[in-house]
Amino acid sequence: MKPFTYERANSPAAAAAAAAARPGAKFLAGGTNLLDLMKLQIETPAHLVDVNGLALDKIEPTGPGGLRIGALVRNADLATDARVRRDYGVLSRALVAGASGQLRNMATTAGNLLQRTRCPYFYDTHMPCNKRLPGSGCSAIGGINRSHAVVGVSEQCIATHPSDMAVALRALDATVETVRADATTRTIPIADFHRLPGNTPHIETALQAGELITSVTLPPPVGGTQSYRKVRDRASYAFALISVAAIVQRDGTGRVALGGVAHKPWRVEAAEAEMPRGAKAVVARLLSGARTTHDNAFKLPLAERTLAAALAPGSTRS
Amino acid sequence: MNCSDDLTITRRGVLLAGCGATAAASLPTSAAAQGAATEAPVTARVTLDVNGTSHALELDTRTSLLDALREHLHLTGTKKGCDQGQCGACTVLINGRRVVSCLSLALMHDGAKVTTIEGLGTPGSLHPMQAAFVKHDGYQCGYCTPGQICSAVGMLDEIKRGVPSHASGDIAAQPLLSAAELRERMSGNICRCGAYSNIVDAITEVAGGTA
Repeated sequence: MKPFTYERANSPAAAAAAAAARPGAKFLAGGTNLLDLMKLQIETPAHLVDVNGLALDKIEPTGPGGLRIGALVRNADLATDARVRRDYGVLSRALVAGASGQLRNMATTAGNLLQRTRCPYFYDTHMPCNKRLPGSGCSAIGGINRSHAVVGVSEQCIATHPSDMAVALRALDATVETVRADATTRTIPIADFHRLPGNTPHIETALQAGELITSVTLPPPVGGTQSYRKVRDRASYAFALISVAAIVQRDGTGRVALGGVAHKPWRVEAAEAEMPRGAKAVVARLLSGARTTHDNAFKLPLAERTLAAALAPGSTRS
Repeated sequence: MNCSDDLTITRRGVLLAGCGATAAASLPTSAAAQGAATEAPVTARVTLDVNGTSHALELDTRTSLLDALREHLHLTGTKKGCDQGQCGACTVLINGRRVVSCLSLALMHDGAKVTTIEGLGTPGSLHPMQAAFVKHDGYQCGYCTPGQICSAVGMLDEIKRGVPSHASGDIAAQPLLSAAELRERMSGNICRCGAYSNIVDAITEVAGGTA
């Protein structure tokens, strides 16, 4: 790990200003992804701004009847909150489908959104990777890419976003609230928060330098039967090959978001009009224009079957 | 054994020499790839309450909680397995919650109460979970065992607090104490010897035998 200087922030605005003032500075919250990447020298921040002392660890009701989740609420605490389990079951289920018990006690809401891809070439510093070293090339294209993205890919990157939580937040139309280095705040819809790789796969979110996530807000509950189904190579503690967050209403309408298929949680609202006609029709719209490789083409039928299971009557299990 | 001094080579010595050679060989590549200059280490102060004793430490900012426990406080019961958060051997309790100490900086825990395997019980007065692992033969080589035991203690508290899991049928209900629940909740602790069934037996006994 490269040496770095360290400070504890006193307020969100001060943290944003401190991070913006130091080139190469990073926020430190749960640390579960950042420290791993620092050990491998994939991340080499010269300065860490520890935000753990900020009072951003509450889950509070909002005026319109939703929930505001503090950026520092740990994944386990968010999954356990009685309001989340009752009204936003897809979020609770997505959270417990990810990582391990220990990591869910550490990882934060904001950090979960900001975690980086587990593409093995991103992690291997001896291999070209446009995300890690822009312009060096993509080793996954033409390499071992069974776990990689099938939609929204570019010639520069076919990595997936690894988060389960973000897939549920996309289905729930959550928003991300931030504070910038000049102390101004803004709200970013989750749909616009993560970016597709395009020609700049190293730029993964809409955040500006020093911009700090302060909370994630859930709109009022939408009801329905909520499920999160995750298909992976082992039954627990593995990243998704395919995951489906589904909210199904009694009349068969609803919402669907996929994980494991793209550089961001994947939802196409127009495809949801097909829900009463079943999984095949939905996935045809949802994954239209897919660009698969020899090794990951299985994800298209797997997405359809996983969605079919999620849409089956009585499906709430993850 | 009757070895002359120049033939006395420890395994650790060989490993260290090997690592040094590898690091030296790969340094130009990684330095060029990352474009980062090497700078001097930075130190900072932190106070940790470990097993009921307060320790004021001045540490390199890079020091993980795991290395602070093992290398600075010489509490070597906590094991370093993968050092990447994947194996669970370094699991300790922070303010009663289980975490992997390898993916945490010591500096992040100023004033926190850390409980390691040494703080759960002693050879003369075992924690019930330690006693159950012995009784049920919940290990073979034992390397993962301190992490398994700390994790199991934290995990049972999570069930008591109603923390749901991927194995929970009804996400809104109080979780059950089933074998499926215990296995899912312990998936962050790897045992390469494969003592899993006995580990489940040990935890089940401590939990009250309802699994």
